[in-house]
Amino acid sequence: MGVGIEVKDLNAWYGKNLSLKSINMTVPANHVTAVIGPSGCGKSTFVRCLNRMHETIPDARAEGTVKVGEMEVYGDADPVDVRRRIGMVFQKPNPFPTMSIYGNVAAGLKLNGFRNRKQMDELVERSLKLAALWDEVKDNLHKKSGASLSGGQQQRLCIARALAVEPEVLLMDEPASALDPISTSKIEELIFQLKQHYTVVIVTHNMQQAARVAELTGFFLMGSLIEYDKTEKIFTNPADKRTEDYVTGRFG
Amino acid sequence: MHSMAPPVLKPISLWRRFANQGATAFAILTAILVLAPLMAIFIYLVIKGVGAINWDFLTKTPKPVGESGGGMANAIVGSGVILLISSLIGIPLGIGSGIYLAEYGRNRLGDMVRFTADVLNGVPSIVIGIAAYSLVVVPQKHFSALSGGVALGIMMIPTVARATEEMLLMVPNSIREAAFGLGIPKWRTTLSITLRTASAGVITGCMLAFARVAGETAPLLFTAFGNQFWNLNPNQPTAALPLQIFVYAISPFDEWHKQAWAGALILIIMIVGAVAAVRITTSRGRLKGA
Repeated sequence: MGVGIEVKDLNAWYGKNLSLKSINMTVPANHVTAVIGPSGCGKSTFVRCLNRMHETIPDARAEGTVKVGEMEVYGDADPVDVRRRIGMVFQKPNPFPTMSIYGNVAAGLKLNGFRNRKQMDELVERSLKLAALWDEVKDNLHKKSGASLSGGQQQRLCIARALAVEPEVLLMDEPASALDPISTSKIEELIFQLKQHYTVVIVTHNMQQAARVAELTGFFLMGSLIEYDKTEKIFTNPADKRTEDYVTGRFG
Repeated sequence: MHSMAPPVLKPISLWRRFANQGATAFAILTAILVLAPLMAIFIYLVIKGVGAINWDFLTKTPKPVGESGGGMANAIVGSGVILLISSLIGIPLGIGSGIYLAEYGRNRLGDMVRFTADVLNGVPSIVIGIAAYSLVVVPQKHFSALSGGVALGIMMIPTVARATEEMLLMVPNSIREAAFGLGIPKWRTTLSITLRTASAGVITGCMLAFARVAGETAPLLFTAFGNQFWNLNPNQPTAALPLQIFVYAISPFDEWHKQAWAGALILIIMIVGAVAAVRITTSRGRLKGA
């Protein structure tokens, strides 16, 4: 089951550059929440702060309170532990090229010391089914490399890989922006299914996508969260002029 | 085409077609020029050396001066032992420092290590022999295969380290991020994901270093020293093919000259064989589309 996320007064820097300014946001469990905004507005930085990926970039740091379920992300928690509980899917599909399809999905388990083969087989199958990839790859699980799949399949493989470690939250950083329309609609359908089991936060610069998949939408501009509300409200009756300008296509 | 507006670009001229073919021909020619000396050396070695290779040559030790026959069996095995020791030293240390340079070495210490490795790569091999002599032979008070292995191992380190670094840096950062995102610790990511992704290139680097030191003579002169008899104790003076070739080549005897040629041929076959064996065994597990 998914858990909710509480973000309080989150600031993030790249070197001396303040790129997230005092973000406050509450993400409900088992919902899809979209983060939209023009390029460079801080939306990717925001989700990367939620699982402490932000600080893996040299000179980058973040401060504030992020609570995922009962876990204080910026407290005493070990960032490695945080990332085990908060899965992430990136913009460009990034399967491990030397590993088989099975190896890719099992990587997070195997490399974290999980040894039960039978249970691993089950988790791999379950994750690939959840990611709607099982039928396409089940005959080549061990024979084919993850890199041999098509772009859309690779991205679903990456989603399966993230799901296999059974996270509570799934962060998706523009997961469909490198994909064709058919693959994109498959991923969107998938996101819709996933919220039964997980809390999903999705970054997108495609507003139609946000409207299609998310119940809640947050609009970021120049490092600030301008407006955060029900998706329908954001797109039909936004409270802030800047949000209206953006969603009606007047800039961005 | 006929119904469209007149093309902006002129049709491809005769000169451009000619220049294109000329450039291709030049590339082929340079490739042949590079390969030619290599092939010439190998063919010459086969012609000169193959006559002296027989069962005795591969299974017997050298005969004393004046007696005919005998072989280089002890030197063949000795070279194997010395190269094994050098690989055990050079490959782990080289890969380890390569990992440091690529994954942690964006700092002053990293720059120092990088600079030192490049300088070490340029140090004449006989100097490294002297270093191994004073490090191992002097305290032990005798020559040994071990000291020879240390000398060659030191020579392997910079090549392996720099090759490992370059190959790890070629692994896209998105692969590391994928692993971090799964909650895999950095050390695990480096060993099981990044290094594994770069493994083909790292292995090539190791093979290059191996092949380079396999033919080294100078560092062995006062470390492994050479031996006319069988010796499998790595703590004793040991024969090595390059040493044996050197001694036989500068001798005044015709038969020894022939045996030196044969030894050189065997040495090349050993190197090619080792490299091919590693390539075959490491490519066996490769997946479709990897």
